[in-house]
Amino acid sequence: MNMADNAFILVCAALVMFMTPGLAMFYAGLVRSKNVLGTIMQSFIMLGLVSVLWAVVGYSLAFGTDIGGVIGSLNFAFLNGVGMDTANSPADNLPHMTFMIFQCMFAVITPALITGAFAERMKFGSLMVFSTLWLILVYCPMAHWVWGGGWMGEMGALDFAGGAVVHMSSGAAALAGALCLGRRKGYGKEPILPHNLPMTILGAGILWFGWFGFNAGSALSADGLAANAFVTTQLAAAAAALSWIGVEWMHHGKPTTLGAASGVLAGLVAITPAAGFVGPMSAIVIGLASGVICYLGVLLKSKLGYDDSLDVVGIHGLGGTWGALATGLFASVGATGLFFGNAGQAWIQIISIVATWLFCFVMSYALFKIVDVLFGLRVSPEAEESGLDVSEHSETGYQL
Amino acid sequence: MKKIEIITRPHKLDEVKDALTKLGIKGLSVSEIKGFGRQRGHKEVYRGAEYQVDFVPKVRIEVVVEDDLVRGVLEEVQKVARTGKVGDGKIFVSPIEEVVRIRTGETGDSAI
Repeated sequence: MNMADNAFILVCAALVMFMTPGLAMFYAGLVRSKNVLGTIMQSFIMLGLVSVLWAVVGYSLAFGTDIGGVIGSLNFAFLNGVGMDTANSPADNLPHMTFMIFQCMFAVITPALITGAFAERMKFGSLMVFSTLWLILVYCPMAHWVWGGGWMGEMGALDFAGGAVVHMSSGAAALAGALCLGRRKGYGKEPILPHNLPMTILGAGILWFGWFGFNAGSALSADGLAANAFVTTQLAAAAAALSWIGVEWMHHGKPTTLGAASGVLAGLVAITPAAGFVGPMSAIVIGLASGVICYLGVLLKSKLGYDDSLDVVGIHGLGGTWGALATGLFASVGATGLFFGNAGQAWIQIISIVATWLFCFVMSYALFKIVDVLFGLRVSPEAEESGLDVSEHSETGYQL
Repeated sequence: MKKIEIITRPHKLDEVKDALTKLGIKGLSVSEIKGFGRQRGHKEVYRGAEYQVDFVPKVRIEVVVEDDLVRGVLEEVQKVARTGKVGDGKIFVSPIEEVVRIRTGETGDSAI
């Protein structure tokens, strides 16, 4: 065990944990005031639900002994064999428990990301059922494929901190969710406006802060690689904030605060798979491109007519896809991509992108349909009109 | 007696109130309202999507005055509340049949 590494990764795990309440704030500011608590709850409760699922069965499915490159065995179920020393630990410098809880925080935020797609209209109980099934049947296999000894990692696909596992998977599930739940009442007929943008900006700031744990921590040790990931994370986010407001300034005449916050998110998402594989200047290029790509991706929603309430597909889906592809183009640290003479890497990345989208979209779509048949996905029109805060939780966010 | 309703920009409230006080008006009511006139509100843009927001915030000031004060009120309010841009508001004048001061039972001009 390396105690410096252990200290660093425990702090990183805490940073990543803070991203989920940060995401709750980010999302909550973007909905109408009658849904502020319902939206916060959809993210916040994942800290409860997923942490328990992860300890009971999820961690083992993702990081247990490989079965055919597809899934982990149940040898770590109930955290059996996950102890305070490095025995069995996938990172031999870290106590097994440290590695497990760091990974747990990634598992927590991923289903929370999806909730942005169907904000303001999904039943809370059905969300709990869907998220349970999704974690076990979609997230755990994805994590195993990429990081747990599964086929995607074996093939050589590069995903430093979760471009496929976290962002493309949640983006694909978000698209399935938006299609299965349908549009919000009044969508396209009346303006559905964010009720508290300062809350959203604060949430974006918390996400940015936590993302250092997400990306730098994915080095799994307190070394130069972690420093590289930290630097690329900062630069990509910064560049994407600039390019997003730049493109909207040209397109709509004004740079908006929501644009700056969305650009930061787009850059963070895009650099996630690449953070430890590219240099700082490549990170700036990846960030600049991601601001423009995700801005256009968000516009796509109104062209295609689905209601991805808070743009999970546009930002996490497209940003993650661009990041995964960019990793194959710009990799120069510990791996080489197309621009550094290795065209094969780009091809591997493309295969991993297609497989991730196909698997996650089809599985998520099926899970949404199953939950719909069993419990119904959507609240009643009256409940939707009065808002999820009162109808689902018997609370109101503001007493003004 | 006439009731004068002044619909104006919120930031003009203090100036209008001061002007009315100078004319000797002792009481008025204010409410925050929303509405639109010919300008039809404004546009907001979120992540590149445009939304038309029809209702813009205004204040409504209501006073009841003796008939001979009406002209002065109209002139003074126009002077202080005008910016020359769309959205300056309107003034409505309507007749009042009777006024009663609840505390004393006075009626008519002396109750204003």
